[in-house]
Amino acid sequence: MQRENVRADKIVIFLYVLLLVMGWLTLCGASNGLDGVDFLAWESRTGKQLVWMGLAFVIGIVILKTEVRYIDTFSGFFYWVMMVILLLTPFVAKDIKGSRSWISLGFMNIQPAEFAKCATALFLARFLQQTDWRLDKFHNLVRTACIVLLPMALIVLQHETGTALVFAAFFLMFYREGMTGTILLLALSAIVYFVVGIKYSAVPVPGTLSSVGEFTVLILIALSSLGMLKVYRPRLRLTSRMLLAGVLIVLTGWLVSRFVHPFDVSWCLLILLVVEVCILLSQAIGERSVWNHFTLISLFVLGSMSFLYSADYALNHVLQPHQQGRVRVLLGMDEDLRGAGYNVNQAKIAIGSGGLTGKGFMNGTQTKLDYVPEQATDFIFCTVGEEEGFVGCLAVLVTYLCLILRLLFLAERQTSRFSRVYGYCVLCIFLFHLIVNIGMVIGLMPVIGIPLPLFSYGGSSLWGFTLLLFLFLRMDLESRSRSY
Amino acid sequence: MALDHTFEKRKLVIGGVAVAIVVIYLIRLFFLQVSSDDYKLRADSNAFRKEVMFPSRGLIYDRNGKLLVYNEPSYNILVTMQEQHGVDTLGFCSTIGITKEEYIKRMEDIKNPAKNPSYSRNTPQLFLSQVPAEIYAQFCEKQFRFNGFKGEQRSARRYTMGIGAHLLGDVGEVNQNDIDSSSFYAPGDYIGKLGVERSYERQLRGEKGIHIRLRDVRGRDKGPYENGRFDREAKPGRNITLSIDADLQALAERLLEGKLGAIVAIDPKTGEVLCMASGPSYDPRKLVGPERSATQMSLQNDPLKPLLNRAIMGCYPPGSTFKPTQGLIGLQEGIISPNVAFPCSRGFNYKGQHLGCHGHGSPISLVPALATSCNAYFCWNLLRMFNNRQKYPSQHDAMTRWKDHLVAMGYGYRLGVDLPGEKRGMIPNAEYYDKCYPRGWNALSVISISIGQGEVTATPLQIANLGATIANGGWFITPHLARSVQGERLSPEYTKKRHTLVDPRYYPVIAAGMRRAVLGGTCRGADIPGLEVCGKTGTAQNRGQDHSAFLGFAPMSNPRIAVAVYVENGGFGATFGVPLGALIIEQYLNGGLSPASQEKATAFQKRRISYGGYSR
Repeated sequence: MQRENVRADKIVIFLYVLLLVMGWLTLCGASNGLDGVDFLAWESRTGKQLVWMGLAFVIGIVILKTEVRYIDTFSGFFYWVMMVILLLTPFVAKDIKGSRSWISLGFMNIQPAEFAKCATALFLARFLQQTDWRLDKFHNLVRTACIVLLPMALIVLQHETGTALVFAAFFLMFYREGMTGTILLLALSAIVYFVVGIKYSAVPVPGTLSSVGEFTVLILIALSSLGMLKVYRPRLRLTSRMLLAGVLIVLTGWLVSRFVHPFDVSWCLLILLVVEVCILLSQAIGERSVWNHFTLISLFVLGSMSFLYSADYALNHVLQPHQQGRVRVLLGMDEDLRGAGYNVNQAKIAIGSGGLTGKGFMNGTQTKLDYVPEQATDFIFCTVGEEEGFVGCLAVLVTYLCLILRLLFLAERQTSRFSRVYGYCVLCIFLFHLIVNIGMVIGLMPVIGIPLPLFSYGGSSLWGFTLLLFLFLRMDLESRSRSY
Repeated sequence: MALDHTFEKRKLVIGGVAVAIVVIYLIRLFFLQVSSDDYKLRADSNAFRKEVMFPSRGLIYDRNGKLLVYNEPSYNILVTMQEQHGVDTLGFCSTIGITKEEYIKRMEDIKNPAKNPSYSRNTPQLFLSQVPAEIYAQFCEKQFRFNGFKGEQRSARRYTMGIGAHLLGDVGEVNQNDIDSSSFYAPGDYIGKLGVERSYERQLRGEKGIHIRLRDVRGRDKGPYENGRFDREAKPGRNITLSIDADLQALAERLLEGKLGAIVAIDPKTGEVLCMASGPSYDPRKLVGPERSATQMSLQNDPLKPLLNRAIMGCYPPGSTFKPTQGLIGLQEGIISPNVAFPCSRGFNYKGQHLGCHGHGSPISLVPALATSCNAYFCWNLLRMFNNRQKYPSQHDAMTRWKDHLVAMGYGYRLGVDLPGEKRGMIPNAEYYDKCYPRGWNALSVISISIGQGEVTATPLQIANLGATIANGGWFITPHLARSVQGERLSPEYTKKRHTLVDPRYYPVIAAGMRRAVLGGTCRGADIPGLEVCGKTGTAQNRGQDHSAFLGFAPMSNPRIAVAVYVENGGFGATFGVPLGALIIEQYLNGGLSPASQEKATAFQKRRISYGGYSR
């Protein structure tokens, strides 16, 4: 059955090489000072990165030549060895900018956490391969959670919170493997409520005494609950009537507030929501099960409302002032250009100054003059933005998107759960890095220091991603050669 | 192995999330990069430091090419408060030669927003300006010990001669008004404050250059941006050649020592001011350097007002120097003719009004009236004009006509000299007298205006200008001090002839009267052999001692200089006015003074007039 002439997926390899080349050129721009740098010299970052890239190719080729059953067999061993290394790292490592995650090998520093992602993904894939694995079995849930949380905890001990957060990306893989979508939906609503509710809490709705944040979130709650009702009980006439009545009452409330006497229109919405919950609960009485759609939607409404008001309370009364400050800066309510906001502001200036087509390769002033922090590593996307402009950013983002979508396609065509789960893990890690890194640079995400895959300077991260990707390519190869 | 495909559709959700986020990021990037220039501008202000290159100010020469004003490097010491810590204050003070109290006071002044509105902790503030070179050198040597202090090289005005303070003016730091009214100036820049420095500021200042340099995040200099492709060099200011004759100016100032007054000389052909001295004067070199502010204070507080340029700001009764204008108006209006004579019995007597005169023959005609400076003649002239109802429907019309003549001769309004602060003097009109005499007035009530007294006042420049007008026979060119500006044409108002309303044929009569005054009248002291001087004395009545005035021009056949002298409380015109005017004419036309005149000049230089307890 084995066919030797099946080749590794060309598209992924092409995108991989393309990203590496773009990354290296960007690194040239980022590390090009005003004095001129010999890009090929060993002392320069670009020179070193070339060496790391060469080694990465070696790793890739070696992996493609390896038998899959070794990978399968050694995944457990690999995982536990990594855990031990992670555990020992803080004791061996020197303190570099507050983190103890770098092991010095003399000529270079290695960050074990970058490889722990791969080990965890492999081990998870192997664990989920068990035929009877289901997330709703309690012992499965606990063991799966342990596999993910152990490396996270060990990495947090190294003060590399950003890297630890990457493991949270496995959520999406679990979702694909059957975790209920409600969790994702609830997480999404929570984020939206929090951001909208807090960010616009001080902006008044014109003509009223309500805040835009509260008002909008209450409308969102009402609309999504009615939407759920429509989805789950399509034939219920009550839904559209409630919608109509709600719109009329809110409109009347606004008109009264605008032209007769200003008041807080959010009260209209609050009362409407309470009425809606009462109606839903009265409907629920006729149902067979207690946990029917009506009670669940009522719970959603009540939960959302309490989340909204408790988030507001938590921000203003529970969090410390400096933590409040960070949240406010992230939400764009405050500008803190000296502290937390400085890096992001400089990054935005650098990117924004690039314009449509950029200042040209090696012509960036903001990056050259060190205005942008960590410009070769976490903030390398700034150089793309400044030197290549919007067009360059578009190219880079689209290339990443192609890679991710290609990984999605490859993962779906796997013939074993092991390789499919592993494929999704790879995808999740790439996607998370992309979202967080670029989101941070353009000011849409909090500052979490994780590298841009294949772009950022650094051997460990490059090899980590190469390992992740090529292991999957090897499995894909196996998968296809078996299917013939 | 059977593979569970139950949730396969969820790949669409995952793919959708990836696509959606990339799209959101692209939209965000679009707004950051393409839709606004905001970030581009912020990037520039981030990375570029614009270094202003100051132009050197134009030089000032006299009419013979003698250098009067030039530039010399001067040094300022600046302080950046943010970086100023751990400085050995006493060591610093002793290095730059100030006391600790001065240091503390200066620091407080810098931080005081009322005194220093543009104060910022992060930018260099002026600590001490115009530091002498030796002290600056010591400061530079020890500068590394004075964190936050740094030096700056600017240029300061230097004067080759201590003359012409009023007309040259000075240069000082801009004030908030200057900054608000022109985008050229930034705090700490210099601007011409007075005199030619102010009126030709735009030409003298030149154009600032700019060097764009890169600086990194710590503010360190990283060299010129794109090898200086966008740099602009400073353009030095234009040089100005004044019409002033430095030697003549020096003489005029010498002669005015210890007196209040002014001497103005004009080249009638061109309207160029040959000298313009105002007493008391001061040495312009004292308004430069560290003692500038102290000097300025003492000058400002001096009761004799040395900062006042009396030549253009002093409004004096012109006295008898005004009589030629009356003769001209009478001739033009047909009130008199050269042959008409009026009686003078030790003065003007009409309807009980008496205005005194001195002894001379009677009746008297125009030429001898000018020569002897007869008051009665000009009173009769004015009386007959104002009471002439054939020619003028009313007294108002007569007065208006009279005023129009004088305005055309340059009286009553600013002449338009190229110096700031010129005063207009006073020529009353009929409406003015309506207000002064609510119960009515007539020629007799205002008769003293005919002899340059009463409400009439004029600046010495206007008086000198009359001399130029008579010398030219009926026209003058607006007096001005700039003879030429490098690379620029002189403003047309300084080349255009301004004609009076009097027919040129009447002027020789007046000139003859003035010549007669020199040969055998009140101006005999101005008779310089071979120079054909024409002159008119003035003895202006005044609350105290009379003012002594002189108006003259020479040579009569080809006038090259018109001069006005005005000495406050100098007594008779012949006492100061005539001899000083004669010395000025001799100096200019002969290129120097004879030994006898030299002696006379020294004698006059030493004569002091006492002014209400103040004397110099």
